[in-house]
Amino acid sequence: MSPSATTALRAPIISVSNLVKQFGRFAALRGVSAEFDLGKLHVILGDNGAGKTTLLRALAGLAHPTRGTVAILGKSPQEACREIGYMAHPSLLYDEMSGMENLRYFARLYDIAGDERCEQVIRSVRLDPGLARPVGQYSQGMRQRMSLARAILHDPRILLLDEPFSNVDAHSAREMVALLKAMRDAGKTIFVVTHQAALLEGVADEFVWMQAGQIVERTPGLTPGSSQAGAQ
Amino acid sequence: MTSLRSITLATLTKDIRLEWRSRDAINSMLFFSLLVVVIFSFSFDPNAEESREIAGGLIWVAFLFAAVVALNQTWARELRNQVLDAYRVSPAPANALFLAKALGNFILVSVLEAVMAPLFTIFYNLRALGPAWQLIPVALLGTWALVVNGTFFAAMSLRTRSREIMLPLLLFPISIPAVQSMVEATRIILAGDASARFWIVLLLTYDVVFTTACLALFETILQAE
Amino acid sequence: MKRAFPILAAVTAVLLAYAFYEAIWFAPMERTMGDVQRIFYYHVPSAWTAFLLFTVNLVASVIYLIRRNAKADAVALVSAEVGVVFCTVVLVTGPIWARPVWGIWWTWDIRLTTTLVLWLIYVSYLVLRRFSDSSQTPKLAAVLAIFGALDVPLVYFSIWFFRTQHPQPVIGGGGSIDPRMLHVLLINWLAFSCFAFLVCWARYRLEWMQREVDEIEALESLQGVTR
Repeated sequence: MSPSATTALRAPIISVSNLVKQFGRFAALRGVSAEFDLGKLHVILGDNGAGKTTLLRALAGLAHPTRGTVAILGKSPQEACREIGYMAHPSLLYDEMSGMENLRYFARLYDIAGDERCEQVIRSVRLDPGLARPVGQYSQGMRQRMSLARAILHDPRILLLDEPFSNVDAHSAREMVALLKAMRDAGKTIFVVTHQAALLEGVADEFVWMQAGQIVERTPGLTPGSSQAGAQ
Repeated sequence: MTSLRSITLATLTKDIRLEWRSRDAINSMLFFSLLVVVIFSFSFDPNAEESREIAGGLIWVAFLFAAVVALNQTWARELRNQVLDAYRVSPAPANALFLAKALGNFILVSVLEAVMAPLFTIFYNLRALGPAWQLIPVALLGTWALVVNGTFFAAMSLRTRSREIMLPLLLFPISIPAVQSMVEATRIILAGDASARFWIVLLLTYDVVFTTACLALFETILQAE
Repeated sequence: MKRAFPILAAVTAVLLAYAFYEAIWFAPMERTMGDVQRIFYYHVPSAWTAFLLFTVNLVASVIYLIRRNAKADAVALVSAEVGVVFCTVVLVTGPIWARPVWGIWWTWDIRLTTTLVLWLIYVSYLVLRRFSDSSQTPKLAAVLAIFGALDVPLVYFSIWFFRTQHPQPVIGGGGSIDPRMLHVLLINWLAFSCFAFLVCWARYRLEWMQREVDEIEALESLQGVTR
């Protein structure tokens, strides 16, 4: 089954093919092959070391595969970078600047002019654009929400979130889930790596189970073993 | 091209603003530079007749050590919250980031040199017997030579263990022709007995060659993971 | 291919023995320096072999950057390692020769100094390879090799000009060379080159096997641990 034949017949998708990522004697990904539909919220689960973060970073174009390919809408992750928003457990923000100053800088990287978009995005994560406090002094919940704001600043079609709810208070977590649901409903494709999958039950479209560097199962609900024949 | 220029400028101003807010990096570096000058003055008795001969070498070795201290913190802020990842996934060209960092380092090291040079002049009773104005291109070209490769190798060191020692370890061998040029040019200008033109031209060549190499290869090492 | 290795090893052993004989007995006595001069037959061929190996490293590094070919990276590593060894021989034999003949250990002789800088660059190359995470090492090392190659001509020019300002004794002298000495020199170079090739080949096979073992181990470890 050649990739080109597949993509010619179906709508554009996100696909990985025989993805291997090796770090010396350790393989974080061992031949992962999968296709993901657009407009869905996919939750990636698994134990530590299962390869979840590596898979996400490969989709973002941050981790270059030792072997295999990643195709985002038919392009490499680097080519599709305007369509991708990435967020990880570190905030990817400068601690010494305020939220608005941070977003102003990142807006320049995406050729976004003016402050309106930055303010709009900060408000959408329920934070105050006028807050002059440096990000380093935020609570974890606020910091993760500001990091999410940075990730969606350029209105990407695809969002890649690595442990967004880690150490976040329940209120902030619920706000973020509601925001993710709204974005998915508006047509965005979202990948969330998390250990707190229960937060996304009822919101997610599928749960992708990983173990030892491979995808072992893909289920519509939060119970393993309830899958159709879609396991890869 | 406009995107490169505007992002370089935005990044440079951001770095300057951040440095100005905390100022602890530059303050400690200034003090370190002062210490280096004083220790050199104790070690190489500035009253001796040969001081004019060796001052060129001493100054640039002192600048080199101060530069390494500055270069080692080039990417410190980007590392702290993995901000570098945010840059890598954006469409911004890698070279804009490199140029901004290199220019920022150039400014920082120039400030350190501006503090150390007068001190050396005082401690060693230096006077240029040759055309003193030529010291300016030597300083500019020499500083850029150290900073352009230093910023590049600092980025390479991000992917290694023992980051702080890796930077000088990589930088010093490659910088040998540049350091020799700076030292010889300074010595000749102070002694006033020959022309420093060859060394200035060699420095210029070095700068052109390695600035090109850094710009061509920075994306490769930034995206190495 | 496997049979060629022992054959080459035997040929190299013979060549080295013959070259040794030629250098120590056959070669004529040098007029001013006497027997000490015979170290010349080790000093110079080692330098040529080292430069050859570093050129191989540069070419392999460029090939790696263009094509991301893992074999090119292995060749780069191997040629750098063996090159540093031969370079060390040059730097050790230089002073050993200089001291009895000219009364000084070191001189900023253009060839010796360039060799020293090359040695420094490639030792830093090897340190970089050892200290970096193995998935990025090939790229970083290849880039450093290119920087080193760009540096060498600049080093050569700067020392050349420096020497015209501050003349110092030249080790290994310029000028014409007795044809019999040239013959011995070339025999030694041939023997050293074969030896270098042999060592590189063995090291390459070792490195390649190590990488294959790492890959198998990486892909198969934890296979037994299932739900």
